Amino acid sequence: MLAVQQLSKSFVGPDGARVPVVSVPEFQLAAGEQLALRGESGSGKTTFLHLIAGILAADAGRVEIDGVEMTALGEPARDRLRAEKLGYIFQTFNLLQGFSVLENVLLGMSFGPRGADRAHARAVLERVGLGHRLGHFPRQLSTGQQQRVAVARALANRPRLVLADEPTGNLDARHAGEALALIREVCREQGAALLLVSHDEGVLTQFTLRQDFGRLNQAVREVPR
Amino acid sequence: MTLPLIVYRSLRQHALSTLITAGGIALAAGLLMTVWRVKVESQAAFTQTSAGFDAVLGARGSKLQLVLNAIFHLEASPGNVAAADAEAIRRHPMVKAAIPIAVGDNLRGFRLVGTVPDLFTGVEYAPGRKYVLEAGGRLFAADQREAVAGSFAAQRLGLRVGSVFRPFHGLNFDPKAEHAEEFTVTGILAPTNTPADRVIWLPLRGIQTMAGHDPKAATDVSAVLLQLRTPTAGFMLDMLYNKQGNRLTFAFPVGAIMAELFGKISWFDRVLELVAYLVALVAAGSVLASIYNSMSARQRDLAILRALGARRRTVFGAVLAEATVIGALGAAAGLAAHFALYAGVAGLIRAQTGVVLTPWAFHQVLVLCPLAMTALCALGGIVPAVKAYRTPVAETIAPVS
Repeated sequence: MLAVQQLSKSFVGPDGARVPVVSVPEFQLAAGEQLALRGESGSGKTTFLHLIAGILAADAGRVEIDGVEMTALGEPARDRLRAEKLGYIFQTFNLLQGFSVLENVLLGMSFGPRGADRAHARAVLERVGLGHRLGHFPRQLSTGQQQRVAVARALANRPRLVLADEPTGNLDARHAGEALALIREVCREQGAALLLVSHDEGVLTQFTLRQDFGRLNQAVREVPR
Repeated sequence: MTLPLIVYRSLRQHALSTLITAGGIALAAGLLMTVWRVKVESQAAFTQTSAGFDAVLGARGSKLQLVLNAIFHLEASPGNVAAADAEAIRRHPMVKAAIPIAVGDNLRGFRLVGTVPDLFTGVEYAPGRKYVLEAGGRLFAADQREAVAGSFAAQRLGLRVGSVFRPFHGLNFDPKAEHAEEFTVTGILAPTNTPADRVIWLPLRGIQTMAGHDPKAATDVSAVLLQLRTPTAGFMLDMLYNKQGNRLTFAFPVGAIMAELFGKISWFDRVLELVAYLVALVAAGSVLASIYNSMSARQRDLAILRALGARRRTVFGAVLAEATVIGALGAAAGLAAHFALYAGVAGLIRAQTGVVLTPWAFHQVLVLCPLAMTALCALGGIVPAVKAYRTPVAETIAPVS
């Protein structure tokens, strides 16, 4: 499902020198698998997810999603692949504040191959328990509800892979547990693989499959801290 | 659905700045269209207004003053034409019709013009159109103190058949200069949409013999309105009166003399046009500034859209479409502003000159200007659209850990 090889990314530091942030020799995730990556703040795990999602262009290496080598694609094709195959759940949810709950989900779908399917968007929102909040705007929702909108938006396009970046970081323990269970459940229902990064042990222990991003990412060892 | 939804929500989110910007565009478009139409249509209306006459014979002086006085009932008369001269032109073989007029009095600011009944029975003030009296009225008798009122003057002064009034001396209203003679209104003219609507017509003798007027000039007229048998007659009479003679002025052709006036004041049109163009440019600039300023607040939204799979060209198109929609909204409101402005200006011109401009008439500027304003606003949207196009997704949606 997801195969990463020799993936690297560096940024230009304040002194003009290039600072390596991600250097992952190899990483794989099978279809339908759910895996948690443990990583401290500043370890490069968000950048790693951005590289997988094609939001950032890698300096070198390969990212293959569902048999398609994303790193070999031009930007428009990467955008299309992201809309077709990936769902992304952000730590801060990144909902569009000027759009209703339903519109947030519809917009996420509209860039994918199936287009904005209103009935499906409603069904997904009902599945995450927001069927009665379709016309509400994000500011009118609780943090937990906003998180559920983000989950619905990420899954509405029936993605093959869901990337979740500290998805419970803004929630209290009770809501975090509920949100995590929901994400895992819905991914399972749809047969989507889940790659979640977090520094929260409470979250990480929920996963059978866990890896330490600090060990995976060789770039961290090169950066003086 | 995507692009319209993004544009609609963005406009809603920035409703105040959208309204203000569209309002500026509306003002600019409205001004541009009004200046343009008033210029073109008033020029056409003035140069085509001849009251059915080819030429005017008057005292020696300016041809423009003569035409303004005799046809448009504006300006003072340049002087008098002796009865013998008026009779001579009437009998000239090249003259088809000669209608004398005499001016010099007013009724509360509306001109009293003395003339002969032939004006109303024998002259077409426009092709195929003769003066018509409203029901219940009749023409004045040439030897009575009677009057026929133009429709606009009658409406403004509240005159109706049977009304009695005393004229005031001079062309400008002076309450102390009231004449003793009383005139009775015998008819109201149906609207002609010409300067004649602003006039109260009296028998020629009525004006000439009014107490207080110079008795030595009791048979003189202010001008003679002429219909010629052939166009070449005008050139021959021009030679006779203007080049060989030196007592009278022969103004011919009426339209060309008015066109000369517009030629002389064309600099004013150009200034108005320039102001309107500048306002349009400022409005387009305000679209640029308004959207550009909101870009920093919206960059996160655009980055989120990109992270969801929107392509660069989609966000570029969304911002460009937003600028275009603001321009189109402004242009549409500009049409409404234009019709309101134009109706006001047309009313003013009608009140001052009697010349009627039709607010609802179609003119190509009503299509071209809104299209141009919309295109200009779309151009103004290019800079912020490029900024949207270049939005760095990863940096904008989340700090790199």
